Amino acid sequence: MMPFSPKQLKPSNARRPGLSREITIRLAGASFVPHLSGGLYWPEEQTLVVSDLHLEQGVSLARRGLHVPPFDTRTTLSELKNLLAETAAKRLVLLGDSFHAPDAHAGLDEESCIELRAVTSTVETIWICGNHDPDPPEGLGGEAVTELTLGPIVLRHIPSPVPHGCVEISGHLHPGASVVSRGRRTHAKCFVTDQRRLIMPAFGAYTGALSVSSRAYDGLFDEPEAQVFMLGRSAIHRLPLSRVR
Amino acid sequence: MAELHPKIAEWFRRRGWQPRDHQLAMLAHGLADGSALLIAPTGGGKTLAGFLSTLQELAELHPHNGIHTLYVSPLKALAVDIARNLEQPVLEMGLPITIETRTGDTPASRRQRIRVSPPDILITTPEQMSLIVADPHAAHLLRELKTVIIDELHSIVTSKRGVLLSLALSRIRTLAPQVKTFGLSATVADPDALCHWLAPAHTKPVSLVLGRPGAPAQIRILESAERVPWSGHSSRYATADIYEEIKRARMALVFVNTRSQAEMLFQDLWTANEESLPIALHHGSLDVGQRRKVEAAMAENKLRAVVCTSTLDLGIDWGDVDLVIHVGAPKGSSRLLQRIGRANHRLDEASNALLVPSNRFEVLECEAAVEAASENAQDTQYPSVMKFDCLAQHVMGRACAGPFHADELFAEVTSAFTFRNISREKFDRVLDFVATGGYALKSYARYAKLKQQEDGTWRMSHPRLAQNYRMNIGTIVEDPMLKLRLARVRKVLGRRMVMGGFVLGELEEYFLSQLAVGDTFLFAGQVLRFEGLDEFGALATRTTARDPMIPSYAGGKFPLSTYLAERVRGILASPEKWKRLPAQVGEWLSTQRWASVLPRADQMLVETFPRADKYYLVCYPFEGRLAQQTLGMLLTRRLERWGAKPMGFVASEYALVVWMLSDISLLIQSGCISLAKLFDEDMLGDDLEAWLAESNLMKRTFRNVAVIAGLIERRAPGKEKTVRQQTVNTDLIYDALRTHQPDHILLEAAWDDAAEGLIDIHRLGAMLKRIKNHILHQPLDRVSPLAVPVLLDIGRESISGDADDALLAEAAETLEREATRLV
Repeated sequence: MMPFSPKQLKPSNARRPGLSREITIRLAGASFVPHLSGGLYWPEEQTLVVSDLHLEQGVSLARRGLHVPPFDTRTTLSELKNLLAETAAKRLVLLGDSFHAPDAHAGLDEESCIELRAVTSTVETIWICGNHDPDPPEGLGGEAVTELTLGPIVLRHIPSPVPHGCVEISGHLHPGASVVSRGRRTHAKCFVTDQRRLIMPAFGAYTGALSVSSRAYDGLFDEPEAQVFMLGRSAIHRLPLSRVR
Repeated sequence: MAELHPKIAEWFRRRGWQPRDHQLAMLAHGLADGSALLIAPTGGGKTLAGFLSTLQELAELHPHNGIHTLYVSPLKALAVDIARNLEQPVLEMGLPITIETRTGDTPASRRQRIRVSPPDILITTPEQMSLIVADPHAAHLLRELKTVIIDELHSIVTSKRGVLLSLALSRIRTLAPQVKTFGLSATVADPDALCHWLAPAHTKPVSLVLGRPGAPAQIRILESAERVPWSGHSSRYATADIYEEIKRARMALVFVNTRSQAEMLFQDLWTANEESLPIALHHGSLDVGQRRKVEAAMAENKLRAVVCTSTLDLGIDWGDVDLVIHVGAPKGSSRLLQRIGRANHRLDEASNALLVPSNRFEVLECEAAVEAASENAQDTQYPSVMKFDCLAQHVMGRACAGPFHADELFAEVTSAFTFRNISREKFDRVLDFVATGGYALKSYARYAKLKQQEDGTWRMSHPRLAQNYRMNIGTIVEDPMLKLRLARVRKVLGRRMVMGGFVLGELEEYFLSQLAVGDTFLFAGQVLRFEGLDEFGALATRTTARDPMIPSYAGGKFPLSTYLAERVRGILASPEKWKRLPAQVGEWLSTQRWASVLPRADQMLVETFPRADKYYLVCYPFEGRLAQQTLGMLLTRRLERWGAKPMGFVASEYALVVWMLSDISLLIQSGCISLAKLFDEDMLGDDLEAWLAESNLMKRTFRNVAVIAGLIERRAPGKEKTVRQQTVNTDLIYDALRTHQPDHILLEAAWDDAAEGLIDIHRLGAMLKRIKNHILHQPLDRVSPLAVPVLLDIGRESISGDADDALLAEAAETLEREATRLV
């Protein structure tokens, strides 16, 4: 009998739809697997990172008189559940703005609460605070922190100056990019990264994207090295940041 | 016959005019409190005919108790002009009548004045009518209303604006039961429909008054010595000819189909303008002030030519236009007749027009249009009805005016022609949508926009919603527009600083998003350099660059009318008619007959041939771009399923080309693919459903519906989105609804719109029926003359889309190849 090793518990992702073995993101010597839905899996740490879920965004809009379909929270949660099952992650990091409004978790319907508690009771869950949800959600399980350091990597919501030798994974900006091919412009959410940082796309069902060429990204990336990983319908595409808008 | 009031009769006499029969007929109807539809050609004194009974009723001193007559014009510019043209005779007749205009451009202070002391006659637009009835003071404002006159009725009823207007009219009838409605219209194929439209549903249609038809127009097609291009829409080849025509005319109106064509032609004409003739530009994106200047110069006959789009379509009498040049095919015979009517606004003189086809197929289309116009034949167009998004907007507007009973509103709504057949169940669903979004999941009860009171009435839950309603009114959901300002550039500490200057006009955000700083483009007749966006919109500087980057897609925005399409097929099938065509076009058709075959008028030709490493299938349905685009989508799906490995398709107004990896000629000849089955009507079933659900067209349609219905707000233009400001993308809403509530009322509305508009299902269905058993297949060993134009269209298309893996992958691969080459 082979001796037990945690490595063997790791799922083989090769044939799973959505997770692409071909595309990995190397950061601080570690490998990350980007997922079509906008999640990022870190096999070595068995950790799944998702950012900007914006749960209950629909309700926030409804309050302003815009009655968008009230299905966003469910859709986002079921997507998250699928992703957890697919990666068999042991740890879940929610990179901030998990809720669209500070008090939004209080308004969650029963079904969604049960679903969230089921998640937090099966995997180690870390809520990183975001600008939309500065306070930790109550009664949903998991642990809330303002930032988290895993090995060489610091995870926080808003991209910040990174000290030399450190690497950061953040969210907040909802990166998206567009590329022209054959006279057509195609838009998609994306991961953006260089050697020092990675910014995650927003995971929430109703979240949009802010173009990586927008001023909000000024000074964050080292242009010649930076790359985007654009989320297509069925594949992820890597392009240099300098070639997209 | 009604007697003219002495003051009015005296005015006619002084001018040496006789009131026309149709003017007196309208007066008689008006004085007898009867509604009527007047159909008369341009130049027939239609506007005065509409106002005559109003002038007569107000001829003596009278108390100002409220608006007496509402005059609705589809165009803002038209409203201003009508006011000008009415004030003059009213002054000359010495009538104590006050006239005001209220359009989207009217400042708040003047709107307030209109509310406080209403004029006798208010000239306004359909959108403003909705706003007026949504005003809590509407009942007071309209209590003395006697007449509603709707100008250019034929053009309003075919769109959602017409649907909304008919709802506003239903409300007005409740507030002022004594009101009569007058419609003024150009000649239409089916006046009965308009007569019914004007009357309350389930009552007698209004009376029809016919004016005497004008002298038949003289229409020529340009015979250029230059080569008529195979495809495209630029008409650049004819610039010199057009310039010569302008030189010979007193004043020419040069119509084109799109704004970018207008810009391009204007630029070209000025390049050719050696004599510096005053040639101006007029289109909807230009700043209002600039447009007004052009209009005023026209009225004073200071111009020799105006290059314009449909903004000058409708019957304004501006100056002595004696020639209408139509660049590009007119697409429909009614539109052509309307535009031609712009030349020589005197009924008994023939209008003079010149058609300039921009490609060879358009030559055929122009020929067909001339044939049709000489018979004064009209395209049949039906009033648009039952638009749930419009009803939702109307319900919200009703709530803004005050609390209402659902039963009463239902009765009122069903009195509108456009909703005469709506069921109570549908109405209740729309009401539920307005109140809480209409979801099975009742999670928004707390945030309801309308709440039912204990007395059973529905009441708006927050006054802020009325403001939202006012800001989001209307049915015209274009691409969001951004203001474009001329910028100054200064060097500050070696850095380029761009400072905003005056406003040039507005541009689609979609277009601007395609530009990188430094790109040049044509706008307002000048080549501009894009300098980026600021919080107020886009900035650009003047540049000396001669060849601007022009939007790659410049096709016509109107589809070829069914009526003209039939005639084009007829011309194609009758070589004896080719003699009338320019020689090079005749030759082109002759070559086609020799190299391939020409179909009979009742046949559809399908050609298949190899070219480079691919195989092509080209068919010629002549059903317009929209229907053919849909056909393309559906054919590709089938060909995919049947193993032909299709790679793509392009539809033009006339033809459709699909290219693939398998030898399609062989597949057909060996019986593996049957053309009869390929073009079978059953594609409109499951295939259509499956494709539509995923298509970008459907998402776009849904976006329009969602905005009109008030599900999402129009985006405040001029702001780069920050994360915080982002509203939800309608594509995401669309997906969520499809997954969780596929029977939602807005999905139903979007489907309905798509079927009749963007994808033209009705037309495609009729076409498939027509060609059943009439498909003529011609396998060839190379491209045929007839196929060249549509093949040239390949690669010209530019559509923005969502994450398209094939394109993304291609972009990535191209770069990889580049990279490896460098190594």
